[in-house]
Amino acid sequence: MENDSPNTPRGKDAPVSDGVPKPEGPANLIDTDYVIGQDNVTASRFGLDVDLHGKVFSISALTILFFVFITLALQDQVEPIFDAVFAFLTGNMSWFFLLAANIFVLLAVGLIFTPLGKIRIGGAHATPDFSYTGWFAMLFAAGMGIGLMFYGVSEPLTHFGTALGGTSMENGARTDWAPLAAAAGDTDGAISLAMAATIFHWGLHPWGIYAVVALALALFSFNKGLPLTMRSVFYPILGERIWGWPGHVIDILAVFATLFGLATSLGLGASQASAGLAYLFGIPDNDVTMVLLIVGISAVALLSVLAGVDKGVQRLSQLNMVLAFLLLAFVIAVGPTLAIASGFFENLGAYLVHLPALSMPFGREDANFSQGWTAFYWAWWISWSPFVGMFIARVSRGRSVREFLIAVLLVPSLVSVLWMTAFGGTAIDQVITDNFQGVKDAALELQLFTMLGQLPLTSITSFVGIVLVMVFFITSSDSGSLVIDSITAGGKVDAPKPQRMFWAIIEGVIAIALLLGGGLAALQTAVITTGLPFTLVLVAACYAIIKGLLSEPRG
Amino acid sequence: MFKKIMVPVDLAHAALLQSSIDLAADLAKRYQAETCYVSVTANTPGALARTPEEYAHKLADFAKAQGKLHGQEVSSRVVTAPDPIADMDDAIIQAIHDTGADLVIMSTHLPRRLDVVVPSNGGKVATHTDVSVFLVRHRD
Repeated sequence: MENDSPNTPRGKDAPVSDGVPKPEGPANLIDTDYVIGQDNVTASRFGLDVDLHGKVFSISALTILFFVFITLALQDQVEPIFDAVFAFLTGNMSWFFLLAANIFVLLAVGLIFTPLGKIRIGGAHATPDFSYTGWFAMLFAAGMGIGLMFYGVSEPLTHFGTALGGTSMENGARTDWAPLAAAAGDTDGAISLAMAATIFHWGLHPWGIYAVVALALALFSFNKGLPLTMRSVFYPILGERIWGWPGHVIDILAVFATLFGLATSLGLGASQASAGLAYLFGIPDNDVTMVLLIVGISAVALLSVLAGVDKGVQRLSQLNMVLAFLLLAFVIAVGPTLAIASGFFENLGAYLVHLPALSMPFGREDANFSQGWTAFYWAWWISWSPFVGMFIARVSRGRSVREFLIAVLLVPSLVSVLWMTAFGGTAIDQVITDNFQGVKDAALELQLFTMLGQLPLTSITSFVGIVLVMVFFITSSDSGSLVIDSITAGGKVDAPKPQRMFWAIIEGVIAIALLLGGGLAALQTAVITTGLPFTLVLVAACYAIIKGLLSEPRG
Repeated sequence: MFKKIMVPVDLAHAALLQSSIDLAADLAKRYQAETCYVSVTANTPGALARTPEEYAHKLADFAKAQGKLHGQEVSSRVVTAPDPIADMDDAIIQAIHDTGADLVIMSTHLPRRLDVVVPSNGGKVATHTDVSVFLVRHRD
């Protein structure tokens, strides 16, 4: 978008305005005296320029160091603590996660059909910065990408197995992990229940969570003129107090969840990719391979953050989409094509039929499933939501609310249905039709490759699979570094480049330290526990969205 | 010799840019050229302005003030980018093309080791355009 305003010198009386003019195109800025960056520390030393929010940056950095230190030094002591907190959350708070996620989905779906959907992010005359394909590729790659690679095969297969196995009771409590009432001995029923449960975890609910965070941030930044950081969402509730400690705490928590979420999945992902490389090419599966993988992924992510959103993140995300589409098309074409095509609609139907029961927060009999699977996933998606939501917000200026929700909620959900149907359906088909048990018996990180091993052209597709896993990590890592950089710079997106380099590097360093020292899984548990406070943030975001949208000019 | 001089400015660091702004005014007087002030700014709210339009107004006012000070013809142009730090060079090169400028005067820092990974914008612009580029050193 460009603005041309030629000025020729006028008479000597022409006043030079210093006031704040109204933006072009109707929007409704919040009236605040806070100047973005007023709490920032700027300095230029040793040839390095910095522009940071003093408190958010320093406390985040110290907290991160502290957690890395205690996880490494007191591994045996902290792991049970993290595990106990997490077990309490998913055990006793699962109703809260399930209830909150339902509210997010209802709000996001509801807004599509209200007149509020016409409001445009960035003001009525704002124009989009990215094409549809570039925009969608980025939000999809940031949102789940990597998970689809690992769980696309294993989750449908797992639910299929437990559902087919039926229920078992001990002391009046269910000991099986099957969803709902299971489908003992009923193959078709087990397939439809398994696919419905998987799609439930990868469909409307996760994307509803992301959509709520992203829409709230985009609205309060682009339409209300507040900085692009998590605290801005609380303006309708806390008012000017968001510039003080309540706001600092929210931002620090967001940095913590994003950095450790990325570092721990980078570490765990490297160990999975290393296992894949060993399985496919016989490369030794050891620490050296894993460290090299992390260094390589971090190096490419570093180049990508230096190249920026447009030339770095967008291009890699598009590369990802092309590769993922090729792999999907291949599985559909050489797998059970007809079964996948009809399965898409059957699974969509099964999802809608089972959705009310699966999303029911109260009176669940399938505690293992609803707490161990669903509540775990919801806490997981919610702990990622500051990062994914903020990144989606940043690239969504110029879209209408309706367009935004269709692209962030409905389209990705349908893509997930297709992906799960193709990968999970093929794996289940291999079990039923060919009686091939290899995938079921394989380790989690190898299930995708074992499934591909039963199809032609294995070496090519498996290689594409490995490349996809790595590129998905790179696109998470680079967009995450940009998000952390802008939160720790008080919402500025134009802080000096060395700052974003710092975060991209520190992420890789922490991943390596935890990988070699141990404690990756423990710390990941700690990250997921941030899902609870962020659920409260999201509930606040729902209120803020409605309040914010109602105060926007319409028509 | 020159008809339109383009001066990339960041209003947040106007003091650092004073020497390039003064030089542009001197040369504009010498060649009776128009001066076009260009900014590349984020589309998110920033320290100076909360919307790109607000920034555009501030830059127009800045240009107007410069024009009045030196009695010269001026114009201004704001390019918004989702990631201005990374898109700066390309945006300036595009602006040279769009405005039809035949001379660019911009500030640049002293050469430093970090340039290997984060090259200076001035150097990048000079190697990617066929118009004349005058880089003015500032010490930071």
